[in-house]
Amino acid sequence: MSRSIIDVKGLSKSYRLGQIGATTLRDDVDRLWGRIKSLRNPGSRLLEPPIDKGLFWALKDISFTVQRGEVLGIVGKNGAGKSTLLKILSRITEPTVGEAHMRGRVASLLEVGTGFHPDLSGRENIFLNGALMGLTKSEIRSKFDEIVAFSEIGKFIDTPVKRYSSGMYVRLAFAVAAHLEPEILIVDEVLAVGDASFQKKCLGKMNEVSHESGRTILFVSHNMNSVENICNKCLYLENGRVKELSSDVEGVIGKYLTDSIGENVSVRWENTDREFENPWFAPVSISLCDKNDRPLTMPVRNDKEIWVRIEGKVEKPDDHLQVGYGISHTSGPMLYWSTNCDGPEKDWQNMTPGTWVLRSSIPTHFLNEGEYRIDLFVGLYHREWICEPGVQGPNVYLDIKGGLSESPFWVAQRPGLMAPAMSWEVSAL
Amino acid sequence: MKIEYTIRPIRGWQQLDWREIWDYRDLLFSLVRRDFLSKYKQTVLGPLWYFFQPLAMTVVYTLIFSRLAKIPTDELPPMLFYLCGLLGWNFFNQCFNNVSATFHNNADLFGKVYFPRIIVPIAMFLTNLVSFAVQLFSFFLLFIYFKAFSPVADTFGLSASIVFLPLIILQIGILGIGVGLWITVMTFKYRDLVHTMQFLTQVLLYATPVIYPLSKIPLNWQWVFYFNPMAPIVESFRIMFLGQGTFSAAMVLSSISVTFIVAYSGLLIFNKAQRTFIDTI
Repeated sequence: MSRSIIDVKGLSKSYRLGQIGATTLRDDVDRLWGRIKSLRNPGSRLLEPPIDKGLFWALKDISFTVQRGEVLGIVGKNGAGKSTLLKILSRITEPTVGEAHMRGRVASLLEVGTGFHPDLSGRENIFLNGALMGLTKSEIRSKFDEIVAFSEIGKFIDTPVKRYSSGMYVRLAFAVAAHLEPEILIVDEVLAVGDASFQKKCLGKMNEVSHESGRTILFVSHNMNSVENICNKCLYLENGRVKELSSDVEGVIGKYLTDSIGENVSVRWENTDREFENPWFAPVSISLCDKNDRPLTMPVRNDKEIWVRIEGKVEKPDDHLQVGYGISHTSGPMLYWSTNCDGPEKDWQNMTPGTWVLRSSIPTHFLNEGEYRIDLFVGLYHREWICEPGVQGPNVYLDIKGGLSESPFWVAQRPGLMAPAMSWEVSAL
Repeated sequence: MKIEYTIRPIRGWQQLDWREIWDYRDLLFSLVRRDFLSKYKQTVLGPLWYFFQPLAMTVVYTLIFSRLAKIPTDELPPMLFYLCGLLGWNFFNQCFNNVSATFHNNADLFGKVYFPRIIVPIAMFLTNLVSFAVQLFSFFLLFIYFKAFSPVADTFGLSASIVFLPLIILQIGILGIGVGLWITVMTFKYRDLVHTMQFLTQVLLYATPVIYPLSKIPLNWQWVFYFNPMAPIVESFRIMFLGQGTFSAAMVLSSISVTFIVAYSGLLIFNKAQRTFIDTI
């Protein structure tokens, strides 16, 4: 077997806890002064607070190899160390311990449009971006037409990119990265943006890049479907350590999904830490209940009514206040948002100062079997987010199993996120 | 381009990899191009700013320092005296001001893509070189005007020492980058130093013979200027372009030594800081 293209041995990275960020000159002078004082009077050292508040290991002892042409998917929860690993491998930061041998040119796509300058045209940005990735001018020139064609930017190529829609921006950025032809391509969760058809195109391109030209891709995503589709090896990180590494991609993903569900199943969230404080609607609790406010036990049958119950305190009424929830499947896709202001304005309840309870039901025979996350939605319409689904805010988990239908032809889970029982009219002509 | 490499923690100081910088030369020119295009696209006057700004400053200096404060100008026409002094000073000032914002202005970029970070300061030097050329042009316009109309036209003129100009420009660049690197590392470590920048620039300006000739400094005080590498540089500009100026060989030697010490140590600390810069922002 030939030498592996990436060879990672015992890679670890620690961060100092407590004082992340810049120190001030005063702090350092104080510290120096403290040291001088303690030299004079050794006893006083005991009174000083410890300066080092300990180390946090974002990555601990990571080892793996990747062969030429392999597509390695990296999965794990937020904070598992995925991004840190990619940053080290793309040489943006250096490891604390350990080493990694890279036997090929690396291009990393940790963000779309890195280094794009808003005032420059698409054409100018292609050259700038390419140069940032380490390409020479002539290499970019030879790829230029292909890049423009792939990005579907067309006649807007000479327009400043600040006038581009976000979709155009992403397309152009990915097009540049995809045509770099590095031996190793590092891609972080960048495909989450862009529309479905473009995502498909990107995934297709990545498949092509790996299979036909034998390039290696490291791919981080929260979208398990795309990991499953394009990767032939999967690395599962947990708390900075390798939990699983195997070519059985489905197996690893399955394990990851079970782990993340097992830990999160919680039908009730209570604001014990006084988070998300604000005068408009400070969340007190969210829970999943039945019709009579009794908490549900998971899993719930699909033919049972589920009520989302949100409790919160209002100090300062605001007629832009919107409270609701966003529901998404734990594999990633968001299903929908729903708020108390979805109906006509005359039906809205104006929330005066006090504690309020909002209840909304999820219909029966509506969602398919599976795990869902319900994120709290609180915001002032077009002004401010307090809790934004999928971005910040508390959530509860819903597990639906069984009770799909009374039909003998529908006993097992069907594909799709929804499992609505539609009515059919059948008549003879 | 280097294809194979090993990522591992590096302890202590590390030299620059010049070969790698050469490999990234296309990026260097792309950055210069970017800085240029983006600067013009926002302004109405575009590159003309480089032309007017030193002229306006010269007029202000002439009114305040020459007319009002009656600071002598070595018998040279005050306008020419100031503009000539500003040539070198502005170039240095812009270099070190831009370079000192390297970390601050490029945090996003440094967090997302790898390239030799020193490319950014070098690109700033090249960008400022262009604005220096524009200023040189405006100086020559003024020079021709004074040569034609000034009653003291025969007391000044270009000197043969102008052949040293490229070397002196290089020294200003190296010095500006060196000081800038020190400041970018220090301000990134101690945010509060940002507030002293403005003050530092002012002090440096007055400690440099831009608005006064070195010849008017009492001999027993001239040693102070051995510590300011910009002093003989600004004076040498007057010698090259106007044939009038004061400095000693010892001063030049000291200036060159200080330049290299500052630049070399600046490179070392910058190189050390950039490796983990992204962890602390």
